[in-house]
Amino acid sequence: MKQFIQNLAEKNGYQASHLLQILKAIQFRYHYVPEGAIEQLAGLLHIPRTRIISVVEFYSFFHSYPKGQYELLISDSITDHMLDKINLTAYLARQLKVAVGGVREDGLVSLDNTSCTGMCDQGPAGMVNGHALTKLDHARIDAIADLINQQKPLAEWPAELFQVEDNIRKPGLLLTQQIGHGAALRAAFKRGLPETLTEIEQSGLRGRGGAGFKTAMKWRFCSEEAQSERYVVCNADEGEPGTFKDRVLLNSYAHQVFEGMTLCAAIIGAKQGFLYLRGEYLHLLDKLQGILDERRKAGLLGSNILREGLDFDIEIRMGAGAYICGEESALIESLEGKPGIPRNRPPYPVTQGYLGKPTVVNNVETFLAAAGIALNGGGWFANVGTDKSKGTKILSISGDCPCPGIYEYPFGTSIQSVLTDCGANDVLGIQIGGPSGAFISNQEFDRKLAFEDLATGGSFIIFNNSRNILDIVHNFTHFFAHESCGFCTPCRVGTSLLKKQLDKIHEGHGSAGDVAALEELCRLVKKQSHCGLGQTAANPILTTLERYPELYQSRLKKISYEPGFDLDGALEIARRMANRTDAAAHLAQVGEDHE
Amino acid sequence: MSKTITIDSKAIPFEEGQTIMEAAAAAGIYIPHLCHHPDYTPHGSCKLCNVKVNGRVCSACTFPAMEGQEILNETKELNDDRRKITQMLFVEGNHLCPGCEKSGNCKLQAVGYYLNMLDNHFVHFFARRNLDASHPEVLIDLNRCIFCTLCVRASQQKDGKDVFAISGRGINKQLIFNAESGLLKDTDLEATDEAAHICPTGAILIKRTGYHVPIGERIYDHKQIDQVSLETEHPEHGK
Amino acid sequence: MANKIRLATTSLAGCFGCHTSFLDIDERLLKLAEVVEFDRSPLTDIEHCNPCDIGLIEGGVCNSENIHTLREFRKHCKILVAVGACAINGGLPGYRNTIPLEECLGESYLDGIGVENPQIPSDPELPLLLNKVYPIHEVVKIDYSLPGCPPSADVFWKFLTDLIDGREPSLPYELVHYD
Repeated sequence: MKQFIQNLAEKNGYQASHLLQILKAIQFRYHYVPEGAIEQLAGLLHIPRTRIISVVEFYSFFHSYPKGQYELLISDSITDHMLDKINLTAYLARQLKVAVGGVREDGLVSLDNTSCTGMCDQGPAGMVNGHALTKLDHARIDAIADLINQQKPLAEWPAELFQVEDNIRKPGLLLTQQIGHGAALRAAFKRGLPETLTEIEQSGLRGRGGAGFKTAMKWRFCSEEAQSERYVVCNADEGEPGTFKDRVLLNSYAHQVFEGMTLCAAIIGAKQGFLYLRGEYLHLLDKLQGILDERRKAGLLGSNILREGLDFDIEIRMGAGAYICGEESALIESLEGKPGIPRNRPPYPVTQGYLGKPTVVNNVETFLAAAGIALNGGGWFANVGTDKSKGTKILSISGDCPCPGIYEYPFGTSIQSVLTDCGANDVLGIQIGGPSGAFISNQEFDRKLAFEDLATGGSFIIFNNSRNILDIVHNFTHFFAHESCGFCTPCRVGTSLLKKQLDKIHEGHGSAGDVAALEELCRLVKKQSHCGLGQTAANPILTTLERYPELYQSRLKKISYEPGFDLDGALEIARRMANRTDAAAHLAQVGEDHE
Repeated sequence: MSKTITIDSKAIPFEEGQTIMEAAAAAGIYIPHLCHHPDYTPHGSCKLCNVKVNGRVCSACTFPAMEGQEILNETKELNDDRRKITQMLFVEGNHLCPGCEKSGNCKLQAVGYYLNMLDNHFVHFFARRNLDASHPEVLIDLNRCIFCTLCVRASQQKDGKDVFAISGRGINKQLIFNAESGLLKDTDLEATDEAAHICPTGAILIKRTGYHVPIGERIYDHKQIDQVSLETEHPEHGK
Repeated sequence: MANKIRLATTSLAGCFGCHTSFLDIDERLLKLAEVVEFDRSPLTDIEHCNPCDIGLIEGGVCNSENIHTLREFRKHCKILVAVGACAINGGLPGYRNTIPLEECLGESYLDGIGVENPQIPSDPELPLLLNKVYPIHEVVKIDYSLPGCPPSADVFWKFLTDLIDGREPSLPYELVHYD
């Protein structure tokens, strides 16, 4: 192991900022990060061991204790649940004789749940040793169980298990036509870089991650910073459950995305760019590295790009299972090899980002659009959409519809026309923008996709009338409690309290004041939390409580109070140890006459 | 003319580069806080110092004072939320004051008193946390840790060491010690280190010093934390 | 007499320290007795609660009997008050919450130092222990809390006189203590 880690550190230039990449290799090789590795790395990277431990314990894909040689993870997105994930996981556990959350005795295989893997249009999904598995069913699970029991190396597994489809159902302005390699850059240099920034300004392009900050303004702020060392970062940490459009863009439009990053570099004066790719998209890594090489060979990356004197290159850094890293300042922390904890702002990344230098962080789709605008001009983009929301939005549609996949729409399109296109009927409601967005009911389908009405980073999950809203909210609320970074009190404690309080109601133990208490807690977490995660974690509850208050009330018992824990269950240990079975050894959950 | 902000309608001068917390303290205005200490880089995590700046919630300890800010601090709404945030800290850990040496001198407790917190409101987590008594002079009881990171910062910024770190994610966070064994005794912590004395709660205690001050003479027995904070953290502006 | 305020008190997983502190209101007890009549309480011999105006609960909930008692109080008392640290957050008995109950019982009755004839008591008369010591607000609805270990006599006096005089009870800074 010593030599392996020595080589690994050397390969990574002994850079602490590469810590995640180094730990990924260690985890991949040993299926955990051994204490000895931590000690050795601390010395090689000149950082305290506690820094390494804090990274290992922060990210879901690193472990302090050995996982199986085959690490199986099953995606826990609501869409996976709608595709019978629970039963399939139980079946998988039986076939492999391993408990969910456990490691088999022989150490061969471990099985656990993981947050949405971005395969909602082809779930139930999972991962084995970081590689995406799609369309899991009994037949595939049998096959996987056999392969594991035979200890077949992953390289020998049938390719169809790892097949990931694009499922582009409705291309629009951006997806219909790819730009030629280098075309956007040539157009930009020809027009002039300041003029191109003006075009982007006139296009009205706003950030596609969901927040909607004006792209040209962000680039201009960054370019005007005094510090000359600047960075471009592409946020491909597509963690919002129900979102998978960036995966498709990187699979089939990567050239244009990289071109958008290079364009940004030319405009803001950056020499180095990063693609922060979520760990779940490991299957894209080799392909993307190949495309970067291709672009270097074509003179589109590296030094003196297109002989215009631009020096810029892009490095791919992988995440390791942390939704919070989609938040730009947490992403930057992660890029620096630290736990993904959102920074205090100001200063914003455009003034102090990666390594404290001015940094532009944009979504994959934003860079894609920017490249298109550089080639086709601002008007090309601005002529589409609404007054306040220019251009198109690429949606990841999943859930109850016959044709899940990627759809591109001009802003201003009504929800109803989206539903018609994807063939959804008998719809109960839609989760738009993912768990952090809003649940809208079937009374609101005349509403429009737009920053001024329904903003979304791209997640669009459809639920039909057979679905139970509280099950959905339960899934989302647990997701946030699992993904809270724990930095601030209201989110760290609040998301766990939300989980407990919602579970109490969901499981039928709520009483008179419990919905009011839930709502009060929601408002507190939303108002006082440090970053977007905490500020939106209560949205699933708040947006459904607003629309379906009777649904929550109907779960309540008509009594003044019921304990939040299982009273009889709390006696179980003593009952067993005292060997008691008499009536007095049991407790009713509520008093005899309901107090 | 110096620049001014207003806090609860009172005009407060500030200097460029000051945070709202610094400007407020310099003017003798207390904003509740636990993770903040004027000697260390602000952290902004406890969220007790959240104030409303032109209608928007901001952490006073990290947010820069800027001309024209109208800030709300002592409002019922904010103090109600601060009380709930304090209650969150109480149910997250295991804060059993009657059995804690720090009682009476504890900032978490004092903030609770200041906010007239009479109960813990939420359900308790009863988390299983460890106690490290391995060090000859310093005891750490993680049941009382509120993740303010003051010990982490003090060790780095004042003691020139790196004894502490916060590890883990979300509700599973924990304070860890920089030793191969993971034990406090194997770190280079000394009882004279600032990090051993900075803890606002009873999580880090110097051994054999408990209960030296009788009840009735402890820091917060008669003085509220607003007064103590201004006197000790900003001596020139104590009332 | 019929118009007197009825007051019940009990101690669950507590040490009766709060009751003792209550008695420390000393001569003010006489004043209190003019307007208050005690119902079920260690101070009377009444075994079960009658309809009451105020119930004071000392101690947390550690066993099944505590649950029954607490429910009886909730059922019969218009206003139920958590008195003292143990009722509010489990207090000192709550220290056992960091140790699994198996280990607690094992240490006490099976394999601890000095244990003879090791066995877990199993008489049906004995209440079974809950896995943890719970604050009372997690079992029944609580209307007010009086912190302190114990709350001082002045806390009892201030709170009860506020209630009796029809004021919303409130405690000044000096009376709020968690220890």
